[in-house]
Amino acid sequence: MNILGIESSGLVASAAIVNGEKLVAEYTMNNKKTHSQTLLPMIEEIVSAAGMDICDMDYIAVSRGPGSFTGLRIGSATAKGLGLAVNKPLVEVPTLEALAWNLNGCENMLICPIMDARRGEVYTGVYESVRNGEGYMLKQRMEETAEPLATLVEFLNGQGCPVIFNGDGVAVHADYIRQNMKVPFSFASRTAMLQRASSVAELGAIYAAEGRSVSAAEHAPVYLRVSQAEREREKNV
Amino acid sequence: MIENSEEKDIYILGIESSCDETAAAVVKNGREVLSNVIYSQIALHTLYGGVVPEIASRKHIEKINQVVQAALDEAGKTLDDIDAIGVTYGPGLVGALLVGVAEAKAIAYAAKKPLVGVHHIEGHIAANYIEHKELEPPYLCLVVSGGHSHLVVVRDYDKYEIVGRTHDDAAGEAFDKVARAIGLGYPGGPKVDRAAKQGRSDAVAFPRANIADCPYDFSFSGLKSAVLNYLNSCKMKQGLDGNEIYSRKTDNPDFDGNELVDPENSVTVADVAASFQQAVVDVLVSHTVAAAKDFGFKTVAIAGGVASNSALREGMKKACEKNGIELCYPSPVFCTDNAAMIGCAAYYEYISGTRHGLDLNAVPNLKLGER
Repeated sequence: MNILGIESSGLVASAAIVNGEKLVAEYTMNNKKTHSQTLLPMIEEIVSAAGMDICDMDYIAVSRGPGSFTGLRIGSATAKGLGLAVNKPLVEVPTLEALAWNLNGCENMLICPIMDARRGEVYTGVYESVRNGEGYMLKQRMEETAEPLATLVEFLNGQGCPVIFNGDGVAVHADYIRQNMKVPFSFASRTAMLQRASSVAELGAIYAAEGRSVSAAEHAPVYLRVSQAEREREKNV
Repeated sequence: MIENSEEKDIYILGIESSCDETAAAVVKNGREVLSNVIYSQIALHTLYGGVVPEIASRKHIEKINQVVQAALDEAGKTLDDIDAIGVTYGPGLVGALLVGVAEAKAIAYAAKKPLVGVHHIEGHIAANYIEHKELEPPYLCLVVSGGHSHLVVVRDYDKYEIVGRTHDDAAGEAFDKVARAIGLGYPGGPKVDRAAKQGRSDAVAFPRANIADCPYDFSFSGLKSAVLNYLNSCKMKQGLDGNEIYSRKTDNPDFDGNELVDPENSVTVADVAASFQQAVVDVLVSHTVAAAKDFGFKTVAIAGGVASNSALREGMKKACEKNGIELCYPSPVFCTDNAAMIGCAAYYEYISGTRHGLDLNAVPNLKLGER
């Protein structure tokens, strides 16, 4: 089973291919160029370098959000166009869970991805890596949400166990974390810090095996936030 | 048009998402529309009095595959039958454009088809080819929509020269702003058009702007201000203040424009709409005819959302007849944003060799004829 993973929810553009046995290819760029220009050429590059055709993919796994609204839509529209053209299903992988997957295997601590959501908030969720046969799986300890970092830190302090953080929110909020965390904490290494399509693809493979796929037409990003216009309208009504 | 049976037919899948319509179409040989699917979001944006870019982008991503699939199905074609994918890559709302561009690129790559990026305004102009099989460049085209007011010399299918442009508001923008001020709501163009049918176009004297040294250019902000000032002076005369009087009927679908703006002189909302519309039409028509005469064109086309305005069509028809000019305009469905026009424009770009790479980006301020 071949799975193409697509990730463009934040600063990173990333594409990866996994099959039943291994990570076949991964291409990750974090160099400011717009996802609109880089993402599809990256997919083309790894598919052809792997000696494959896009038709060989059984599923297209896409990082489904939260994240940058525009970034998410570039990944989604790319996945939807591919799915339409080769008539293959999509797997919607929660972006925060895929970030936590970068740290899968970190035992006896909470895994906490934080993405900068602006307006004083982070997109976050809390996960735990637990043994599953000879490997590991993720257990969700707090549902993904957009909330003030202070609320999250309070929650984590109340859990009474060490925490490891990753995500682009770390660079923005490291000082606050250092000053306010009362339980032991650490930050992920650079290779595990930001979004990677290999995590999206590997989680996508697990989801697909569980039958959790959608048609390309059905898929839309999950933003965890309404648009500003809707927010203001709700306020005024 | 007689088709050469020796030559292979060319089928283009067109995709358009530059504003608030998600659209896809299949077009044969640049002139024959096999399908033209439009998912309009207008009702949604009406709640906000105009297009909300983030909401438009979200709707595009929800509907794009259904719209593309419906266009293929209605045409009785599959991607295998398609020769190239044409897509609008500017100008427009960047977030909205990106959905169509990313979708089109992914389809082009996965289906192994050439990709042709299209300028949105080229698309509007090309809409004229659909119903006027005899129309061929060179000709003069007036492009008027919510975002554009251009007089364009179409030298060839892929060669455009802008000879007139607006110095401030686009014509359609002026319609939207005036519609809001007289309580007609969004979208302004069709609503002003309808109300104006019950009004007197000579009820209020509004200015017609001409710009010194630029005889083909437009300016609509002075006209818009004149309408707003007129409305305010009417309110003051009646001892009213605020926006209440003309805005309370915005949501009423039965609103017919009979409300009095100036009771003393029996001027109604419909009269204001008709007088404003006439001022816009007079300027558009006179500048277009002047340019056609000066450049020696015997054929004039109009395109864009405002090209479906009934007063503009009437005014342009009369003026062209009087001056011995052939006039073309598309049916209303091809005036509003649609993908059939993108398929037409893409066909001519395709046969002239235009190809775009998988790194094609959306260009929100893409200039006509500068590619």
